[in-house]
Amino acid sequence: MKIVVAIKQVPARDSVLRVDSAGKWIADADLTYEINEPDAYALEAGLQLKEQVGGEVVVLSAGPARAAQTIREALAKGADRAVHIESEDNFGGGDPLVVAKLMAAALKQESPDLVLTGLQSDDLGMGQTGVILAELLGVPHATIIMNIEVSGTTLNVKRELEDGWFQNVEMPLPALLTMQSGSNKLRYATLMGIKKAKTKELKKLSPSDLGGMAAPTTVIDRVYFPERNKQSQIFEGSPKEAAEKLIEKLRFEARVI
Amino acid sequence: MSILVVGEQREGALNKMSLETLAAAQQMGSQLGLPVHMALFGKGAALAAQAIPAAVQVIEHPLLDSYTPDAACIGVRQLIEKLGARVVLFPHTYQVRDYAPKLATSLDRVLVSDVIAHNVNGVALTLVRQLFHGKVNAAVKFTGEPPFFASLQAGAYRVDNLEPSPATVETFTPQIAPEQVRSKPLDLFRESARAVDLSAADVIVSVGRGIKDPENLPLIEQLAKALNAEIAASRPICDNGWLPMERQVGSSGQTVAPKMYMAIGISGAIQHLVGMKGSKVVVAINKDPEAPIFEIADYGIVGDLFQVVPALIDALKK
Repeated sequence: MKIVVAIKQVPARDSVLRVDSAGKWIADADLTYEINEPDAYALEAGLQLKEQVGGEVVVLSAGPARAAQTIREALAKGADRAVHIESEDNFGGGDPLVVAKLMAAALKQESPDLVLTGLQSDDLGMGQTGVILAELLGVPHATIIMNIEVSGTTLNVKRELEDGWFQNVEMPLPALLTMQSGSNKLRYATLMGIKKAKTKELKKLSPSDLGGMAAPTTVIDRVYFPERNKQSQIFEGSPKEAAEKLIEKLRFEARVI
Repeated sequence: MSILVVGEQREGALNKMSLETLAAAQQMGSQLGLPVHMALFGKGAALAAQAIPAAVQVIEHPLLDSYTPDAACIGVRQLIEKLGARVVLFPHTYQVRDYAPKLATSLDRVLVSDVIAHNVNGVALTLVRQLFHGKVNAAVKFTGEPPFFASLQAGAYRVDNLEPSPATVETFTPQIAPEQVRSKPLDLFRESARAVDLSAADVIVSVGRGIKDPENLPLIEQLAKALNAEIAASRPICDNGWLPMERQVGSSGQTVAPKMYMAIGISGAIQHLVGMKGSKVVVAINKDPEAPIFEIADYGIVGDLFQVVPALIDALKK
């Protein structure tokens, strides 16, 4: 089974964010980056499937040169090879269709049986790249998946719904799934894996290799910190002082404890 | 030209977010000078349509009875084309996340997802959505041709702003062939009976990623004991198996409304907030002053939970 896992490099989760001078994105000069967390679960699902049914796991990522670090980490965890669509030209900013068209062109060259990706990114959070890819590739899909079973050319997946409900869905391969975080237990790269990753194939493609970057049809006009609608009462001082003031408030004014 | 709201219902029960989306469409409609239509599909849609104070199109087809992204996409697209909709709005539900991006892509458009507000300047529509799990907002503009697609976050628009308009129900029958529907939906189910009913708790102490390691959980347990509170958690804590799934609060877990909800080391992503924003008093303890949890907190302490929580336990002993 040929599995492609689409991953994205995003700013580390606890990053302190600042808006850039143009007010169009966040200032990215001193950020550290990591794999988008739901994509890490998609990678794990892909590696586990390969262990069960055999085949190959290929990592696909679109991003600037720095994304190579995250791709190498995926190879160290056990992916067999990787494709990096590299450009410093921000892939249409916040427009998911622009980057998905390039990724779909790269996927067509691979013609995988299964494409996996995380359900959404921790930065833009559009939650769409996987679904868009399925439509561009003309394959069936399902989203927010917790579990995958393969029997022959049929997939049976467990899809998460709201309020603790789930649904099983069946579909033929080739197909695309977007994986939920927490759907499995992530592995760490071994020392051997890190060593091997250095010799694995990492193919670089440019947008022009893939038919060029389309013009975006949506643009981020302005990025800003939200105004707080509600005035929270923040208790200042040392932890001890703040804690005492808070408990007094909860006991004698709010009377909730 | 019109604004089309594609609502959601299950077995005749209307998803409340459908009416929030209708309220948003009415606001945009009066600003843009466009009439508003609503659409529903799936088994029970005709029944659910009766609860809507607006003109409703019921998209009826046997292949739409059980939800699949393929049939939903085809059915809704044919209605959009028939009505010549200029703006198409959805509630940002799990089902919409499953088919609406596919629908927009099939028309070479982008769905602006999880929108929290909008602005109209002349005929130009700007949508506001959140980045980085609610830490930052972005104003998004359409630069292409209509139809424009957007899904709206739960609670972003208020149902009580809904203006009743003449309620009519029409049926629209799309052309869908069985071979166009590639996936087969099977049974809906829940994992197990919930042993813990957090909705009955008066006081809840809830813990998130900030706790860093399961070995630190006894600290939260001590605080919960001192407050006579139930312990709850945000999704990552339950995903990691640090606390059982039945203690998860949020869109995929339980919805709670206690007298006091104390969120410790929880940044406050929307998926968590929807499960607890009905709480009478919300207290947030977080090291990041920009954390979205402070947006809905009544009281807060900005600081290291490993210093603040022991201080709270001490203060409660007094």
